[in-house]
Amino acid sequence: MPTKVIGQKAIIVGASSGIGAELARQIAEGGGLVATVARRTDRLQPLADKYPERVFPFTHDVTNYAEAPEVFQKCTDALGGLDFIIYCSGVMPEVGPHEYNTDKDLSMVDVNISGAVAWLNAAATRMESTGHGSIIGIGSVAGDRGRCAQPVYNSSKAFLHTYLEALRNRLAKKGVKVVTIKPGPTESEMTQGMKGTMPVKDAAAKIINLKDRTGEHYLKITHRIAFFIIKRIPSPIFRKLKI
Amino acid sequence: MHLSLDRLANVTGFGMTAGADGYLYRPTQVEEFHQILALAQQSGRQISLRGSGRSYGDANIGSESILLDITRFNRILDFDPTTGLINCEAGVTLEQLWRYTLESGFWPPVVSGTMFPTLGGALGMNLHGKNAFKAGPIGNHVTEIEVLFPNGNQEILTPEQPLFHQVISTAGLLGIILRVKLKMKRISSGDLRVLPISIPNWDGQFRVFEQEREQADYMVSWIDCFGRGKSAGRGLFHAGYYTEDPSPNPITLRPEHQDLPDTILTYFPKSIVWRFLKKLNNRPGMNFVNWAKYTSSRILGNGRPHPQSLVGFSFLLDYVPNWRLAYGSSGFIQYQTFVPAEHAPRVFARQLELQQATKLESFLGVMKRHIPDKFLFSHAVDGYSLALDFKITERNKDAVWRLAHQMNELVLEAGGRFYLAKDSTLTPEHFAQSIGMDALETYAKLKTTLDPQAILTSDLAKRLHLDPRA
Repeated sequence: MPTKVIGQKAIIVGASSGIGAELARQIAEGGGLVATVARRTDRLQPLADKYPERVFPFTHDVTNYAEAPEVFQKCTDALGGLDFIIYCSGVMPEVGPHEYNTDKDLSMVDVNISGAVAWLNAAATRMESTGHGSIIGIGSVAGDRGRCAQPVYNSSKAFLHTYLEALRNRLAKKGVKVVTIKPGPTESEMTQGMKGTMPVKDAAAKIINLKDRTGEHYLKITHRIAFFIIKRIPSPIFRKLKI
Repeated sequence: MHLSLDRLANVTGFGMTAGADGYLYRPTQVEEFHQILALAQQSGRQISLRGSGRSYGDANIGSESILLDITRFNRILDFDPTTGLINCEAGVTLEQLWRYTLESGFWPPVVSGTMFPTLGGALGMNLHGKNAFKAGPIGNHVTEIEVLFPNGNQEILTPEQPLFHQVISTAGLLGIILRVKLKMKRISSGDLRVLPISIPNWDGQFRVFEQEREQADYMVSWIDCFGRGKSAGRGLFHAGYYTEDPSPNPITLRPEHQDLPDTILTYFPKSIVWRFLKKLNNRPGMNFVNWAKYTSSRILGNGRPHPQSLVGFSFLLDYVPNWRLAYGSSGFIQYQTFVPAEHAPRVFARQLELQQATKLESFLGVMKRHIPDKFLFSHAVDGYSLALDFKITERNKDAVWRLAHQMNELVLEAGGRFYLAKDSTLTPEHFAQSIGMDALETYAKLKTTLDPQAILTSDLAKRLHLDPRA
């Protein structure tokens, strides 16, 4: 059980399922304060009922970008400050190998990219002023290469990695930490049916331990090694492989 | 309505153990204070007042509130060199005061160990100095304050009105002090005659305070908190006496005579001294420093009076710039309790024993004499205060708080009091017991009338349940 969160104030965007829900649960259990943000409030309520003093649920659809700064401020008011924010919202609709469905693709752009920018910009504005806090984005190993199976999901995560890197470079001198987490497949609604997924409990515990370590992090050493190599495979060869 | 995020600032109390983010405003005009009040009402957000940020704990911070910092509201409006009456905006600091008036033969009637507090902050806390046993707190020397109340009223208060004694001392929770008229102390020399006396134990401490009480103008004693057994309470007492200078334009009244040197031992720039202190800032290091200071006090200058500038004597805390950084990143807390004279010897001795039993000796102990005053949240009693500094680390934090609570119990049993400017550890129950239910009821009534929406707050107010919204 991570003990690093006692008394800390956190916002979890996308807290209704998957890694986000587990992060919120572990933070609340570990003695931290957490504002949980999601579209499906009914999913947030049980945790808030269990820890009414420490969990503050907010209903918000991340595709409603204009609303983000206001909800962000409601969160920080409820928490009485902010130590870290984790943007976990993400979608990965099933895409066929020959499918080019713009609606599906743009839904990923909305949630994985635009929502992230709206929320993390708000956090960056605040933290640049206060010089305090961590911004954590859940990227993915999928963002390391453009692959056949998920063109837009791959690129949405690549966007997030580069955006977070830029935030990191901007905010480093202010003492603000920006952390990119690149999980592999993790047990969640998004990965139902996939094999070899990491239990969401483990992933969340690792993320909490990494929350103040500015930089990019894989959650498994095997991922780190594998993707070190995969990233360096020349394109002409890569397109002939079935990775 | 939400406030712009780029207004946010992270500020800490002086001890750096408590910090909070707030929406920072630094007004220069009275109209801006009114606008900020209106903003608070519209946005539903509270206001925390902050001066120079010298309160050690959480009195000058307010999580997610509007942080109203008065340091730019700092004009000296009027000074009469014949009477010594000075009229200032609340952001004027003690340093501004002495620099402005000294050459006319005036000195602030009460000063703290540092020259940086603002008058607004000093009156919120009703600060005291080494002359507390004669002069009382700074509020005793104020002839007029102008206060903006959150209910929209702006009033001028004088000592004849009860409200004057209620706004002063209540930690900026009833109204915003905008302007202060203060009676300065007339002096003819900028030097004091200072008498150092090395003291072997508690008995000696209390004896010398009572013995010097009539003649001295200032009294303070440093306590070595590592002294145990027969040496418990050992330290170095200083008395200061005003002196007369017959010359018409005394050189000692010039600021250049007063200014603290910027080197130590002639060569070392003071700006780096805290880095060396940091190396010593641990239990064995401070045990040694305290021992060395006490031992040298018995040999060097013991019992021999010498002249010292008012600034040099008064502002000991300003000798080493950034000294608080020597405590490291987790900071420190100051803990000062006020105990009636008849109980003080027992309570202070016991406080020291508790520290030694837990190996959490204060690295610095300072003792002073006080007299009661009639301010609502008065911290003074007819007795003594002992101020202690505790270094805080991740590991010792819980133990220090437990120790503080044990020491609080002793103080409460003896009918003692606490000082909000220095507090980090009080519970609402401890505070209520020390101040009395009458004072708290008066406060609650005033808060309802003067600040019906409970706009004025601070993290301290929330911690001690002085904020009805909390």
